[in-house]
Amino acid sequence: MISIKNVNKSFGDHHVLTDISLEVPKSNVVALIGPSGAGKSTLIRTINALETIDTGSITVNDIAIHDKKTNINKARTNIGFVFQNFNLYPFLSVLDNVTIAPIKIKGQSKAEAEKRAKELLTSLGLGEKFDAFPNRLSGGQQQRVAIARALAMDPEVMLFDEPTSALDPEMVKEVLDAIRALAKQGMTMVVVTHEMGFAKEICDDIVFMADGKIVEVAPPDVFFTNPTTDRAKDFLAAVLNH
Amino acid sequence: MSNFEFDWSVVPDNMDILLEGLWLTIKISVLSLILSLPIGIIVGFGRIAKNPVIRFISGAYVEIMRGIPLLVLLMWIYFGLGKLIDFGTYWASIVGLATFSGAFLAEIFRSGVQAVPKGQMEAARASGMSNFQAMRLIILPQAIRRILPPTASQFIMLIKDSSLVSVIGGVDLTLRARSVVATSYRALEIWTAVAILYFILTFALSLLIRYFEKRMLKNEQ
Repeated sequence: MISIKNVNKSFGDHHVLTDISLEVPKSNVVALIGPSGAGKSTLIRTINALETIDTGSITVNDIAIHDKKTNINKARTNIGFVFQNFNLYPFLSVLDNVTIAPIKIKGQSKAEAEKRAKELLTSLGLGEKFDAFPNRLSGGQQQRVAIARALAMDPEVMLFDEPTSALDPEMVKEVLDAIRALAKQGMTMVVVTHEMGFAKEICDDIVFMADGKIVEVAPPDVFFTNPTTDRAKDFLAAVLNH
Repeated sequence: MSNFEFDWSVVPDNMDILLEGLWLTIKISVLSLILSLPIGIIVGFGRIAKNPVIRFISGAYVEIMRGIPLLVLLMWIYFGLGKLIDFGTYWASIVGLATFSGAFLAEIFRSGVQAVPKGQMEAARASGMSNFQAMRLIILPQAIRRILPPTASQFIMLIKDSSLVSVIGGVDLTLRARSVVATSYRALEIWTAVAILYFILTFALSLLIRYFEKRMLKNEQ
C-alpha cells in the first residue's frame, strides 16, 4: 500500500533522511519511533508530499507521490493526515470542519456530507459537539474532530504525526482508542508516536529511526524484548525505565 | 487678537463652492480606493508568491511607493510623466493616490495572510485542496478579520491624502477653501468648516466599515 524506496532529503548540509526504504502492506499499522530529530515527522510528511524529497520514490496505492506530474491534490484525498497540533479550522463549526473537504473537493451534497460527518463524529464520541467551535473543545476532543475530518474523505491510508504529544495525559487514551478502533477495522496506518505501550499493542511493525536513518524494523514482540542494534537498546533503556 | 470677531456667515455663503470641492474629493477618493484594492491584492500576493521574480518586483513596488512622499509622487506623475502621457489633473490625482495607497494595502494584505498559522494551509492542502482552494476557503476567511481594521485606517488616510491633489490643480475641497479664503479673508471660519467636512466624510466611512466588521464577526461565530 505504501512503498518508500531509497529516499533522501537534506535541509542544506543537514541530511534529514538517509536512504529510507519501507514497505507498509495493506491493513498494516506501523509505528515510527525514535529520539527527537530522528526524522520521523519529516518521513511521515513526505508520504503525502507535505515535504518534498530529493531522491528516491514514494508510492501510495501505486500512485507516485514524489512525481511532480502526479496530481497531488487528488492523491492526497486518499491519504488522511492527523497533525500534532490538530490544525482545525477555528472559524468553522465541528461539523463544517469535517464536511468542507468532502463538499468542496469530492463534490458531495451538503446533506450527504453532513450525514457521514455525524456518523463519524458520533462514533468518535462527539455526538453532542456538531455545532461547537474548536476553541470550545478540549485537546482530546479537537484531535478526535481532526481524525473525523481526515476520515470523512474515506482515505485508504491514515498518517498520524505525534497525535497525542500535544495532549494532557488524561486525554491521551481517548485519542489512542480512536486510532485503535481504526486498526481493528483494517485501516492502513503510519503513526509517529512516543506511546510505547500503544505501539506494542496495535502495530504490526515498529520502525526505529535515529539520525535520519531507519536503524531497525521488527514486529513489536521482537523489537521491545530483543532489539538487535545498540542504538535501539539504548533508546528503549531510556524510554522504558523512567 | 482682541478685536477679532467671528463671522460664520461666510461659511453658508460659500457652502455651494465648498460642496463642489467636497464632491470632487469624494469622487477622487472613491475611484482611487476602488483602484487601489486590486493593486493591493495583486502586489500583496506577489510579495508571498513562489516565483522570486514576482516577489522581487512586488517588493520593489512597495518599497518605492513607501519611500516617496505622496506630494512628490503626484508632482512626478502630473508634471513629469505628464510630458509623456497626458493624464489631466483628475486622472493624475487618481493614479497617484491609487498606486500610493495600493502599496500600503499590499502590506496589510500580506501580513494578514501570513498571520494565519502555517498549520492551516497544511491541513487544507493535506485534505486535497489546491493552493487556490486552500487560500479561498481556509486562509482568506481568517485573514480578512485581521485585514479589515487596518484597511479602514488606510482608506481614511487616502481620503485625507486626497487634499494634496490641490497642488496639481485638483479643485477639491482644499483648493476651493483656499480660493474662498483668498477672497473673504475668513481663514479661521473656512478652514474650520473644511476640517469638519473632512471629518464627517472619514467618520462616516469609519462607521460603515465598523458595521461590516461587526456583521462579519456575527456571521462567523
